[in-house]
Amino acid sequence: MFTELNSILNATPDSFTQGEFILVSDRQSDASFLIHHFLSFYLRARCKVCFLGLVQSFSHYSAISQRLGVSLTQAREKGQLIFLEGLKESLSILIPQETTTGSQAMDFLRDPTVGLQRLYEFVRSSVSSDGGGEEGVEEWGPPVLLVDDVSVLLSLGVSAGAVLDFSHYCRATVCSQLQGNIVMLVRCHGEEAEDDGSDEGSEWLLKGLTHQCSLTLHVQGLPTGYCRDIHGQVEVCWRRRRGDGQHTQKKLFQYKVHDKGASFFAPGTSSAVL
Amino acid sequence: MAAPVSSVGKPSAERPPFSSTSFQKKTRSKLISIPGTRPSVQNGQLLVSTGVTSLDYLLGGGLAVGTVLLIEEDRFDSYSRMILKYFLAEGVVCRHELFVASAQDNPDDILQELPAPILDDVAIHKPVEQPRLSCEPQDNLDAMKIAWRYQNLPKVQSALASSSRFGHYYDVSKTMEPEIRQAAKCHRFYLPEHPTQSSTTHSRMIESYSALLKSLQEVIHREGFDLSTPMSMSRNILRVGLHSLGSALWNDDLSCHDDPMHSHALTTFLYGLRALLRSSLSVAVVTVPSHLIQDQALMGNITRLCDNAIALESFKGSERETNPLYKDYHGLLHVRQVPHLNCLASQLPDHKDLAFKLKRKQFSIERLHLPPDLSETVSRVSRGELAGAAAVASACGSGTSGNKHLDF
Repeated sequence: MFTELNSILNATPDSFTQGEFILVSDRQSDASFLIHHFLSFYLRARCKVCFLGLVQSFSHYSAISQRLGVSLTQAREKGQLIFLEGLKESLSILIPQETTTGSQAMDFLRDPTVGLQRLYEFVRSSVSSDGGGEEGVEEWGPPVLLVDDVSVLLSLGVSAGAVLDFSHYCRATVCSQLQGNIVMLVRCHGEEAEDDGSDEGSEWLLKGLTHQCSLTLHVQGLPTGYCRDIHGQVEVCWRRRRGDGQHTQKKLFQYKVHDKGASFFAPGTSSAVL
Repeated sequence: MAAPVSSVGKPSAERPPFSSTSFQKKTRSKLISIPGTRPSVQNGQLLVSTGVTSLDYLLGGGLAVGTVLLIEEDRFDSYSRMILKYFLAEGVVCRHELFVASAQDNPDDILQELPAPILDDVAIHKPVEQPRLSCEPQDNLDAMKIAWRYQNLPKVQSALASSSRFGHYYDVSKTMEPEIRQAAKCHRFYLPEHPTQSSTTHSRMIESYSALLKSLQEVIHREGFDLSTPMSMSRNILRVGLHSLGSALWNDDLSCHDDPMHSHALTTFLYGLRALLRSSLSVAVVTVPSHLIQDQALMGNITRLCDNAIALESFKGSERETNPLYKDYHGLLHVRQVPHLNCLASQLPDHKDLAFKLKRKQFSIERLHLPPDLSETVSRVSRGELAGAAAVASACGSGTSGNKHLDF
């Protein structure tokens, strides 16, 4: 959890807006540090977290969360965190064995035309499962769905339309019905495509998800090129619905990722240049 | 640089008895000690060398075990193939196991071309019985005069079967001796020898890739590289070298069409490869002919599914070969991606303008800089025209061309 980002977003683990769909996207840079921020943030806020970790192993997320002061293994044992390790689940499907024991959630690998229904069912069952009234089961706050990252699904052959359907269903369930939050990461390639006629799946996905979300954090490399002391810039964009219609607000920051956190500052005010 | 980092993999009993100092290296017994590996200073990851010392430095100390290094091939696949061979040769010298897969050349041919290691201070499991050259007795007579303290040190670490040093140098002009080569255990995957049965169960992966993945998984399970298997006495590293993935010989049409039919085959394979490597003691180097792949977005997806990614751009055959700016180098090297593993901040390189050159005994990666212009006809820009030419002067390397008139 980065405290500087909390003050930018005006949220603390004790009080944050519910029912938000946060989109994290990146281009020529790596925005995965923000996923770790949100993971530790919502775990501290005592939310029930469903994490779809599709790109890295559990130990990777666990090691970083340890540095940020949150233990994923403990949260998992307590039932606060439900972790889908995509790499582990996919192996039994990609290399067929006699006894297939993988969970149903990654079924789209078997036949991508099916879409992401099974994955959605996994999400729904894990966020809506209340303790069943058992004794000794801790009560958790509103559910949160984190996805790292959505564009891997495209690489695995799922169509962008199916991913948009998936995110819409999740939004209906988690944000509207249960008043929880969603954080999704989309990674785009290279330069912004000028001609929209091409079949850029991830560009289309980014546009579609930007349309659905209420807050975007768009991470980019510096437009002037690579720098060792400033890792890039992040554009924060709120879309608030007020009585008088849509209202958007934008802020631009530069950032640097440290060993145990990240610092955000106004453009041009890095300690390296001042 | 050539100092042996042998203390990583050695038990403390092997320390020479005359070390009177109380300053001892702190040993962490819980780390797996495998020759040819060392823990990263940054995040404690177990690293192996790529066989190219300057590439190790660029990647933050070495390749982390369980990761994939993607090499985008240069146009004639000469230097990328060289790095692959360095990587495999380093595995042979460190007694790691190898897995070589190729569709073009027989893996045996690749293995026969491995460069010979330069082992000046480290003994290797060579048959020592054969008569040594005449320099041997001369060495004995020539007692060390300056460093007399080191006289009692054993000349060679003959007890050690394999070199536990991290990173070696290789002589490209010679090939590795067959005795050394055959001592290493090597698994081969040659696509033409694997008849692909046409099954329609995996619409996303082509049969060649799924056969490769299956064969790799079998090796990992059979030879005990799996992390889930109980800790046996001896653990070893499996080095996986996959040559020219995505080329047409792997039945992939990425490089043939603008709009390939199997556009998700390679990315799905790389996803499976990552899943396999993360749960085992293995490390992979993959080369991809990226200059044949038209779709840049697809190449971006491929890069993101690997952990490290570098691209080689050779000058061979281009007009840059004769450009005096680049006369010291053989090509440019681009760092496409550095891994974020178990830590938030990744080790970023200082600068991204890098060039490489292949010398006989070393593949070196250097910062690209202009060579000093020492010729007599060199034109110095006079003060008057400096203002106008300032912008151009930095970009134009061959300054010897014009400006004959001198003002003074």
